Amino acid sequence: MPKIPRPPKWFHLPRQPLVRHLILAIVAAGGFYLLTNDILSTYNTVLVGEIAFYAIALGGLSILTGANGQISFGHGALMAVGAYTAALLMVHTHFNLVLELLIAIGAAAIAGVIVGIPATRLKGPYLAGMTLILAVGLPLLGNQYGSVFNGDQGLVTTPPSPPGSVNPELWLTWIEILGALVIMVLLANLMKSRFGRMFRAVRDDEVAASLAGIHVARTKVIAFAVSAGCAGLAGAFLALSSGVVSSGEFPLSLSIEILAGMVLGGAGTLVGAWWGGIALVFFPQWASSISKAAGLGTGGNAYLGTIIFGAVLVLVMMLAPSGIQGGFRRVGSFADRRLFRPRGGDVTKSLQTGSE
Amino acid sequence: MNFFINVTLNGISSGMIFAAMALALVLIYRATRIVNFAQGAMGMFTSFVAYSLLQQKVGYWEAFAAALAIGMVLGVVVERIFIRPLHGKAELNPVIVTIGLLIVFEGIAGTIWGSTNRGFSPPFSQTGLRVGRTSIAFSHFDLFIVASVIILMAVMLVLFRFTRAGLRMRAAAFAPETARLLGVRVGRVLTLGWALAAVAGSLAGLLVAPTTAFGPLYMDFYLVYGFTAAVVGGLDSPVGALVGGLITGLGVSYVGGYLGSSLEPLGALALLMVVLMARPEGIFARTAARRV
Amino acid sequence: MLEVEGVSVQYGAVRALEDVSLTAEVGAITTILGANGAGKTTLLRAMSGLVHPRRGTIRFDGRVLTGRSVEQVVRAGIAHVPEGRGVIEELTVEENLRLGSLILGSRSAQKAVIAEVLELFPPLRDARNRYASSLSGGERQMLAIARALASRPKALLLDEPSLGLAPIVTARLMAVLRELSRSASLTIILVEQNARSALSIAQSAVVLNLGRVVAADTASSLAADTNLRHHYLGF
Repeated sequence: MPKIPRPPKWFHLPRQPLVRHLILAIVAAGGFYLLTNDILSTYNTVLVGEIAFYAIALGGLSILTGANGQISFGHGALMAVGAYTAALLMVHTHFNLVLELLIAIGAAAIAGVIVGIPATRLKGPYLAGMTLILAVGLPLLGNQYGSVFNGDQGLVTTPPSPPGSVNPELWLTWIEILGALVIMVLLANLMKSRFGRMFRAVRDDEVAASLAGIHVARTKVIAFAVSAGCAGLAGAFLALSSGVVSSGEFPLSLSIEILAGMVLGGAGTLVGAWWGGIALVFFPQWASSISKAAGLGTGGNAYLGTIIFGAVLVLVMMLAPSGIQGGFRRVGSFADRRLFRPRGGDVTKSLQTGSE
Repeated sequence: MNFFINVTLNGISSGMIFAAMALALVLIYRATRIVNFAQGAMGMFTSFVAYSLLQQKVGYWEAFAAALAIGMVLGVVVERIFIRPLHGKAELNPVIVTIGLLIVFEGIAGTIWGSTNRGFSPPFSQTGLRVGRTSIAFSHFDLFIVASVIILMAVMLVLFRFTRAGLRMRAAAFAPETARLLGVRVGRVLTLGWALAAVAGSLAGLLVAPTTAFGPLYMDFYLVYGFTAAVVGGLDSPVGALVGGLITGLGVSYVGGYLGSSLEPLGALALLMVVLMARPEGIFARTAARRV
Repeated sequence: MLEVEGVSVQYGAVRALEDVSLTAEVGAITTILGANGAGKTTLLRAMSGLVHPRRGTIRFDGRVLTGRSVEQVVRAGIAHVPEGRGVIEELTVEENLRLGSLILGSRSAQKAVIAEVLELFPPLRDARNRYASSLSGGERQMLAIARALASRPKALLLDEPSLGLAPIVTARLMAVLRELSRSASLTIILVEQNARSALSIAQSAVVLNLGRVVAADTASSLAADTNLRHHYLGF
């Protein structure tokens, strides 16, 4: 792979990763504030909140799959762990929200370790099989132990009460966006750290990584735990947004959508997680408005979004194999080469043609 | 004791369906190293075609044959249009494409046939047979399930062992480059593998249809259990698919019968873990040791 | 007659072959010699269509092979025995042979050719129903060659058949090859590291170094050229 050329230098971001990521996150937070407070309707604001918690789950999975090379079909189940943990805390104890969210993350991370340990011995399709059946099986515990989890009825969550006259839905959205940005900063720093390099080393070549002194199994379990913790937070937010947690909230299709959305956005990139979140939230919306406009019956209505999502997934995988973000990068580097660099003496270009 | 026998019989008949599903996955996996997640949805789709034919007063066996034939065509089309162009690309991409196809097939079926569950009328009675004075949980339809999957396996065995196409398919699966050097048109052979797999998947769809709430998602569970069975058996071996299917069927049935039906998938997970911890590549993975 | 003319092959940025030409006559053994990485295997892979040259043409009996697929090259009568023997371990000896004979079409022709090649390699006859994974190194090499012959080729490309074989087995193998090239009027191209034994049975030889032809002559005159032997062939 040729190195992607740096963008033109209109301004320099600081080199220190933490500072750079924090600046980006603060800029993004400002943008989200304008978007949710002033531009969008309440209905669309809620959708932005959904995008935010999907982005958390997708970002975590993106690191597991993209950076560490492990596949998981079970992230819906790990979201269920976070959601049920948060809901149980809310029903029985009621501490403060941040603590409850942290415990939900912790519980999901522990579940991630439990899944991750056997996963260290399994390769691609075998790991896929194990996590796939986990995605089906784990949420059903909600039905099996009805006295704890209240079966199909589920557990009711208490949405956080906003200060002053802030709309409660807007408040929850802001909390979700803030949570997502905090997670993004943490994940971005993690990827720049020693752990990020260890994840990638294990993905690229386990034998070489272990010869370089990396504890392969431990690295894989850590990646699984980080990823599961993200899913747990996403699940807790899902629980708060929907107001109730029941086993039906976490079907197999959720796990599959999380995986598909992550790959669609671009495995291994955190920006891609947001593209994936947008696709997961907005495709059904767009589809229903399209089918309304086209005057289709209600039967078509429910499925058009599904069909579009699946078709886009297939097309992106065939045409832009590294996902939406990868596609953008390619277009970006092409434009960069063509528009911003002089024609002669372009080192990157001659390197690229030479390697083909 | 009676209960145990009934649970066992139930496990055998569902295990045979898992085996058919697993066989479909194995045939594709051993040829192209891809897990076809759309396999269940393809079987669902062809079974819905059969359902529509039955509604048009077409006879069961005609509809049955039509569904298998359409399944075969569907397998060829999917391989040629969606899988072939991705040959040699990143490993994850064709797998995600099959997930996209799963979503699309379920969406199209929902659009055409609606999301309400229907009844698919069986060709044989589903009331339990009588042994002496007691009725057992095994019907004529269950017999049909077992017989048709055994026939499927036998046909595949004969095909693979004793025909030239089978020899080419085995060669292409085990050593694609060597096979090409011997004049095997590996591309055609892979297409044939997808076609045969799609027939097995369609058969599974037709066998499940009368036993369940027949809607666009009815094959999801069978995909999951079929995949479990295939992994238990070793993903590479048709015999493993049969054994894995029976082990999974019995395991799931015992867990459901004695512990509660909500625990069935976790029972299958436990089974999978036990097998994979002992043999990380499944029970019958003969070639695995050779691959580094 | 197999003619290679000005062939260049590139793997990414690496030039594997540069402007290579050679002619292999019918009924003779042509050996390609050279050190590791000289491009011998690449040259064979180019002949059988496994890699496509950037430049140059390969002709067989006057027909152009360059640009054709492996399957078409096999059907034109060229059989390639890859390095490391390439027997399919999961198949029995007989199944391996049957696989080789499949392009003949008719079942009776397949039966006949299998009987013929088993005659040529008696140890295989006794092992015909065993899995190829149970064969010894020498038996595997016999099987790989027998399987290639089962397609009734007009040219046989052999990639390091003596690799890992005991000297006595190698000697027997070389004798069989010499016999084959004479009696079956087969064009044989033999890639070898073991230059001494290859030159002893070949009629002509080509020496490659870093992807280029450094010498091409009759086998006997190359064997007599001590300077060349020291430089490129190591004996």
